[in-house]
Amino acid sequence: MKNFGFYIQPDSQIDFDNNNRNLAALVSQREPSFDWCIGCGTCTATCTAGNFTGFNFRKVALLVHRGENEQALQEVEKCMLCGKCNLACPRGVNTRNVVASIQKIFSRYQNLVY
Amino acid sequence: MKFDLFVLPFTVGLVVMVALLVFKYLKWLKALSREEKEKIKQNVFSFCSLKALKEIFLECLLHRRIFKVNLFLGFMHTSLAFGWFLLIVMGNVESKFFSDVPLNPPYYPIFFRFFEPAPSAFTFSAGFTFFMDFFLLVVLSGVVLAFTKRFYSKMFGMKKTTVMKPGDKFALISLWFIFPLRLLAESFTSGVYGHGGFLTGTVGRFFASFLPVGSLIYPSWWAYSVSLGVFFVALPFSRYMHIPTEALLIFLRQYGLKNGKENGVFSDIEINSCPRCGICIDKCQLASAAHNYSVQSVYFLRSVREKSVEEKVTFDCLLCGRCKEYCPVKIDTISIRQNQRSGYLPDHAEAYNYLKPARAQKADMIYFAGCMTHLTPAIQHSMLKIFRAARENFWFMDEDGSVCCGRPLMMAGKAESAKRLMEHNIAAIKASGAKLLVTSCPICYRVFREEYHLDIKVMHHTQYLLKLINENRVQLSHQDLTVVYHDPCELGRGCGVYEEPRAVLQNIAALLKVKNERDHSLCCGGSLGNLQISTAQRTAVQKDVVARLSVDHPDIIVTACPSCKKTLNIASPVPVKDIAEIFVQSLEQPAVLKHHVFEKEPLQKVKKEEIVVSYSNK
Repeated sequence: MKNFGFYIQPDSQIDFDNNNRNLAALVSQREPSFDWCIGCGTCTATCTAGNFTGFNFRKVALLVHRGENEQALQEVEKCMLCGKCNLACPRGVNTRNVVASIQKIFSRYQNLVY
Repeated sequence: MKFDLFVLPFTVGLVVMVALLVFKYLKWLKALSREEKEKIKQNVFSFCSLKALKEIFLECLLHRRIFKVNLFLGFMHTSLAFGWFLLIVMGNVESKFFSDVPLNPPYYPIFFRFFEPAPSAFTFSAGFTFFMDFFLLVVLSGVVLAFTKRFYSKMFGMKKTTVMKPGDKFALISLWFIFPLRLLAESFTSGVYGHGGFLTGTVGRFFASFLPVGSLIYPSWWAYSVSLGVFFVALPFSRYMHIPTEALLIFLRQYGLKNGKENGVFSDIEINSCPRCGICIDKCQLASAAHNYSVQSVYFLRSVREKSVEEKVTFDCLLCGRCKEYCPVKIDTISIRQNQRSGYLPDHAEAYNYLKPARAQKADMIYFAGCMTHLTPAIQHSMLKIFRAARENFWFMDEDGSVCCGRPLMMAGKAESAKRLMEHNIAAIKASGAKLLVTSCPICYRVFREEYHLDIKVMHHTQYLLKLINENRVQLSHQDLTVVYHDPCELGRGCGVYEEPRAVLQNIAALLKVKNERDHSLCCGGSLGNLQISTAQRTAVQKDVVARLSVDHPDIIVTACPSCKKTLNIASPVPVKDIAEIFVQSLEQPAVLKHHVFEKEPLQKVKKEEIVVSYSNK
């Protein structure tokens, strides 16, 4: 089919009916500073693991807030917990504890993935 | 054999306590690993045992380490422990002198004055009476101080004392009762028989003047016996378990046993040796600066012993090691807490399979800046200038960012994941053929030194800078600056590097002393050890440290850790710099510019011979 120079992006709509957003609430409960993240990307610029993969804290925060938990878990496993993002964050988000909390929550409530 | 029914509470208490202790100790000793048992066998008949006895005398009886914290506190513990010990020893000797029977029941020396109320007929009886009274007075002074401490802990150099649970309070009160009741029992007896020393005799005469002491003798000995019995039964279940267990710990430690990568029998013995004195509370900056009084080692160790550890308490610790440094029992609180963290986080080493085989470059020396140094570029730029000035043939291993050293993962309890990152780095380091590894980050330095088992020399940049000075490879100019040096936890208490940075700084500037330095230095608050600390608490710690470091108005606060530099800078009106930056400033003084290190010829470049190495993919 001729595309006339146009193309259609795959559907990126978030299915809030099916996505489980309990993870975001649980993470905020464990680490309240998670809610302070404005997605500025300072963390992303410093990320050690991000040097090798597409991982970064901003992406994780977005996925968790959207309830795309399976992807979020796959992402946080790449983190080396080096703490650069923690030190760089201008909002004082305890990023390491957010990552650790996500891992801890998943190891306890695996049904969050689905 | 003399006997009375009132000796039963004491005797039963003693038998129960000894049986429980023997059962527990045999269980521990049996559960030790084969290597640990071997170490004990090898060292039991050696000087190690004598050293242990010396340490037991100095620490369990005299409490030398507590004296260093506060004189009153030290005296309180010494008078109770050493005083009671002398009472037991002297009481036994006295009873042996008096009685011709070779073996007496254990209660006989304890209740000697009841059975022999007028023992003036035997040799040295007056001397024994005097010393027994004197030691009783010493112990009673300790009891008075201990009671006072509950209400005026500041007098003992403690802002906060341990908040006790009912079991400990019960044992504590029974202990407080023992010696005043002994005084009463002996005094009433002396009051009737007209004997006794300067203490019991005087008190006896005093009571006899207005009380029917004759009828009070029996109840008072009963009360004394009951208080002893209750304390003995409570001992294995309370904090007083530390009294016998600390002695066992000292022996095992002298035989070379230490806490490993997992909490085991040895850590159990350490945990049971915690006296819950609470000295660690004030020394913890989370308490002193951030007013968090629930996570200190005393509470953590108690919860581990009671098998009720909370996740928050386990992770809310800076792992700075100050509590360990001040602990009178020298319990390895840091490794126990770190080991306790394993299991909370999933440890999937295969998650790092995204790492490509390591790339290495042939060089004489490797520079590993570390993640944190990449956030403080001034340090790495300074180090690069210094390497070039010293004409090093070096490879900047993490120039374009690199894999983390693994220690932050270890601190979070993810040992397997950390191992995976270490394998990656080890492969690159080995392939480079370098003979020296220099790092700017104490966190990396510690893990390279302790966990990587490299067969090349590992140096922190402070040590490397001193090496350059000692080998006359650089010439420094002394600057008109007053500086204070902040000992980073991982470099100082962690690796024992205290002298090298100070020696370097003395070549550069006027180094001021600060109150909290070396072993007792403060944590900057930015520790990667704490996963729970809130930003507000972190800021409180930072401000407190900066205030304490800048008491004497230094021109610069110097540190040797990129994380400390970044953390302290946030809260400090005084410039905070790394030692490498000061070093470079000193190199760049006009007087030194003529020196060969600043010749303008092109800097020696490392011959780029890149190697790709693979590593085991476990």
